[in-house]
Amino acid sequence: MSAPAIAVRDLNVRFGTSVAVDNASFSVAGGESFGLVGESGSGKTTVLRVLSGLLRDWQGEAQVAGHDLRQERPRGLARIAQLVFQDPYASLHPLHTVDRVLGEAAAIHSLDRPNQRIDDVLRAVGLGPEFRFRFPHQLSGGQRQRVAIARALILEPTILLLDEPTSALDVSVQAEILNLLRRLRAERGLTLLLVTHNLAVVANLCERLAVMRRGRIVETMDAARLRQAESEQAYTRQLIAASRGYDRANAAEIAFDA
Amino acid sequence: MSRPLLAVEDLHVRFALPTRNVHAVRGVGFSMGREKLGIVGESGSGKSLTGRAIIGQVAKPGVVAASRLEFDGIDLRSLDKAGRRALTGRRIGMIMQDPKFSLNPVMTVGEQIAEAYRVHNRAGAAEAKKRTLEMLAAVRIREPERVWGLYPHEVSGGMGQRVMIAMMLIPEPDLLIADEPTSALDVTVQTQVLAIIDDLVTQRGMGLIFISHDLNLVASFCDRVLVMYGGRIVETCRASELDRAQHPYTRGLLAALPRIDAPPGDLPVLRRDPAWLGEL
Repeated sequence: MSAPAIAVRDLNVRFGTSVAVDNASFSVAGGESFGLVGESGSGKTTVLRVLSGLLRDWQGEAQVAGHDLRQERPRGLARIAQLVFQDPYASLHPLHTVDRVLGEAAAIHSLDRPNQRIDDVLRAVGLGPEFRFRFPHQLSGGQRQRVAIARALILEPTILLLDEPTSALDVSVQAEILNLLRRLRAERGLTLLLVTHNLAVVANLCERLAVMRRGRIVETMDAARLRQAESEQAYTRQLIAASRGYDRANAAEIAFDA
Repeated sequence: MSRPLLAVEDLHVRFALPTRNVHAVRGVGFSMGREKLGIVGESGSGKSLTGRAIIGQVAKPGVVAASRLEFDGIDLRSLDKAGRRALTGRRIGMIMQDPKFSLNPVMTVGEQIAEAYRVHNRAGAAEAKKRTLEMLAAVRIREPERVWGLYPHEVSGGMGQRVMIAMMLIPEPDLLIADEPTSALDVTVQTQVLAIIDDLVTQRGMGLIFISHDLNLVASFCDRVLVMYGGRIVETCRASELDRAQHPYTRGLLAALPRIDAPPGDLPVLRRDPAWLGEL
């Protein structure tokens, strides 16, 4: 069996005195789609920042495609794993055209045929060449998120790290982006690590998931068990119940942490 | 039949911008009693502006027009500023999406809630404080005395939203407009906050307009649902029957929603029909 695409063992991250990630361990196989689920402050985004090299101060072991993140320079990592952020309104430079956003990534990494690559990657995310010279304000939210995905894909990574990629989008646009991610994954054999608070999105896109709470991984489970609402952990069951909609009886079971 | 708590007919909101005119709400009409009415739609559907038009909070250059806008028999269109002020807060309250932007950052949360009480009731500071502490307890804040002295940046999102609810409910309004009151909150906190609103609405016999983009939530929380698209109401139905909705837009939205119990696979993408924007 080949090495996992992502392996995290006993990962600890502290910000001052607060513990953001507390002994987290999980691994994602090559080509797998893995969900990292939790509420705000659970540490899920912090894990993603470690894996993308944005955060350098941590303890434990973390490997991406066999490269030890304690030694690897972030630049080399960028060719392997790319990050897509939550808010396409904030993650694209407002004064840069789509062409410049994509061209810059190609230039930094000295890619050959940048022109051809920009056209190809735009087509891959379902935007025609007519979008190439537009500014972000000339695009809808869904189109912006497609550009953000194109920017990640132009370096031809094998791993996509997705931080709440559809949370800022309307339901109908969310469906388009989820379908796009599924297609790109199949076409390119991508490994996906999806960080989200939305269990339904995980059920739609992932095979396995880990549930985080207060920096710890509470449970790692198959998405099939999520769909059956079979969980060993009370916290996961609460999350599942709350995601299904409002239920007065259910509310009584959740204790306030105030 | 008794007169409705709120009656709206042919409501329009228009913005005359330097480059173009935007007609954001186009002839919305509905009436409601003391019930939980949900308004759902995607961004730009006009759902928030409908709520703001009712409470008279459409910012310039927005212009509100309606052939009828009546709250408990009072014609809201004819009210002057003083008349509006007497009604807003006292009888119609509004909860906004994000407590971070709705609370005064340089006042403690206790003082803010007490101020809301004293504006609408002739009461001394001591009585206002007593009522505020009761209200904080009613929205299930465990240590009201401690929370009274906290500033907004010292409270969590869920607690901030409960503070907002306490502030809006302390004048005991007849109609509460809640615009995405739980969208900034985690799902478990969301359930708790909704339970508080639910109980208070039921106990006090308030009317509630619940504005949200979340179809599942509205279907499970409200009594009745209005679906908005392009500034119009395209469909009205009982919340419990939302899954049997007729309009292609509503059906498309429901189909596009990923479900936690559904197998993985492509989601049907909503095809927008320009006819939905046409005259009804």
